[in-house]
Amino acid sequence: MGTPVIEGWFTQDPEPGLIGSSCDACGTVFFPSGLSFCRNPQCEGTSFAPVTLSRRGRVWSYTDAQYQPPAPYVPARDPYEPFAIAAVELAEGLVVLGQVAEGYGVVDLAVGAEVELVIETLYVDDSGDRTIWRWRPVSSSTATNGDNQ
Amino acid sequence: MNPNDIAVLGVGMHPWGKWGRNFAEYGLHAARAALADAGVAWSQIDFVVGGETVRNGYAGYVAGSTFAQALGWNGARVATAYAACATGAQALEVARTRILAGLSEVALVVGADTTPKGFLAPNAGERWDDPDWLRFRLFGATNPAYFAFYARRRMDLYGATVEDFARVKVKNAAHGLTNPNARYRSSVTIEDVLASPVVCDPLHLLDICATSDGAAAVVVASAEFAKRMGADHPVRVSGLSTVTPTFPNTVLDMPNIATDAANAVSAPELTFKASIGRAAYEEAGVDPADVSVAEVYDLSTALELDWMEDLRLCGPGEAEQLLRDGETTIGGRIPINPSGGLACFGEAVPAQALAQVCELTWQLRGQAEGRQVEGARVGITANQGLFGHGSSVILTR
Repeated sequence: MGTPVIEGWFTQDPEPGLIGSSCDACGTVFFPSGLSFCRNPQCEGTSFAPVTLSRRGRVWSYTDAQYQPPAPYVPARDPYEPFAIAAVELAEGLVVLGQVAEGYGVVDLAVGAEVELVIETLYVDDSGDRTIWRWRPVSSSTATNGDNQ
Repeated sequence: MNPNDIAVLGVGMHPWGKWGRNFAEYGLHAARAALADAGVAWSQIDFVVGGETVRNGYAGYVAGSTFAQALGWNGARVATAYAACATGAQALEVARTRILAGLSEVALVVGADTTPKGFLAPNAGERWDDPDWLRFRLFGATNPAYFAFYARRRMDLYGATVEDFARVKVKNAAHGLTNPNARYRSSVTIEDVLASPVVCDPLHLLDICATSDGAAAVVVASAEFAKRMGADHPVRVSGLSTVTPTFPNTVLDMPNIATDAANAVSAPELTFKASIGRAAYEEAGVDPADVSVAEVYDLSTALELDWMEDLRLCGPGEAEQLLRDGETTIGGRIPINPSGGLACFGEAVPAQALAQVCELTWQLRGQAEGRQVEGARVGITANQGLFGHGSSVILTR
C-alpha cells in the first residue's frame, strides 16, 4: 500500500476509516481534524479526541467528472479517464466528499444507497503510490432508487 | 419610504462578454451609466464601495479606490467588500448601512470583473490547508461537480429530469434574447441542451453558466437626498440579507470537503439558502406571496429550481411543475430571471449580485424593454457564494 496523499486524514488498516475529532466539551465531531477551537457556537472547547468515523454511509448525492479537472488536480492516467464523485452522509450526521471506487460510475449510485470506504491510489509521484479514501457501492443496495431517503 | 429603506436613484451596466480588457474600464463604464441614470454628478457622491474578487487574478486590485481613481479622485470615503458571489450585495449593504446611519447621503456601488476561460480554478501554489485547493487535488471536484450534486438530488428525490433542467435554459435564453447587456442572445431548444456534452452528470454544458467580463453599478441615497433630487417614487432597497449559515450547516457547500456534523447539536430548521431569503423577507416586511419577480443565481439550471423553493416561491419539489406550466416565464405567475439570468450573462463574480439589482430596478420602473414583467412591484434577488457567503435583496416600489 502507498503513502496517504494527505497525512492524518485516514487510516490504512484492513478496515480503513476517516480520522475525525470529537470536541471534549460538547462531543461534536469534525472532519477533517486539526481544529484548535470548537465551531459549535454554544461551546468554547479547545481540546479534541481522535475518532474514527463510520466506514459506511449513505449517498447524499453524486456526479462524475467527464472533463479533466484543472490543476491542482493530478491526472492518474493519460489519456484522461472520467471518474465519479460522491458526497456521503455518515451516521455522525455529516456529509463527506470522496471519489467513487475504481470500476464504479454514476449508474451504480443512487441518493440514499449504501457505500463503504476503501483506500485506493489517487496518483503516483516520486515517492510511489499516493493513496486516498474512496466510496465503494455496497452491492446489496445499489439497485435501490433513492426512495429510501 | 419606510425608515429602513434607501432609494435606488440610478443603475448601469457594462455589457457582459469576453472582452479581454481591464476590469476598471468596465467598472468606469457602469459607474458613469448609473450616475447618468440617477442624474447625480460624480462630485456629489460621498461614498464609493467596490466589490472585490480573489478568484480571477486581481486579488487586492479590484477595490473601491480603483473605481474612485478611474472616475477621478473626488475625496469621497471609500470601502471594498468581498463575499464571493455575494460580493455586490455586501458592497450594497456597506453603502446602505452608512446611509441609514446618517453618515452618507448618496453612494456609488460598483462591481466589475475580467475572467479567464474554462473551469474556475484556485489560485496557484500548494495550499494543503485550503479546502478550495484540496477539493481539486484530492477529488477533482470542480464547481460544476457541486452544481451536479444539487441537480442529482432533485432527480432522485423529486423526479426532476434532464429535460426539466433544459427547460430552465430554454426559458432564460428566451428571456434574455433582447437584453442589451446579455452576452448570449440566441434561442436554445431542449434538444440543443441535451445534445451538448455532459460535463458533470446529469448536467450538460448548456446547463452550466460561463464566466464573463462585465460590470454593474448602483447609485443609492437617503430618502431625504432622493426627495431633494425630485425622486418622489423611487425604487427602494427594502430588505438586504447577508446572513451566515447557522451551525451545524449539514448541506455540502462549495468548496468544502465535509459539512458540519449534527451529532451533538441538531441541524437548524432552515438550510443556509432558505435562511438567506427569510432574513430578507423579515427585514422588508414582505411575504413570498407578494413577490412579482425574482432574479436568482442560476449557476446551473437546476439551481434556479432550488432557489424558487428556498425563497418559498413554491413548496419543496414543486418548482419543476411551475416551470413546465410556464409560470416562471414572463407572463406567468412568478417570472424568474427575466434578464436571462446567468444562462445569458455568465458570471462576473463581483458584479453579478449588483446586476441582479439593476435588472429588478428596471423591472420595477417598467423600463425592462422586451422583457418587462407587467405590474412588477416587489422583486427579490438571491445568490450564494463560497465560504459561507450569500445574499438576498428585496426591492419595492
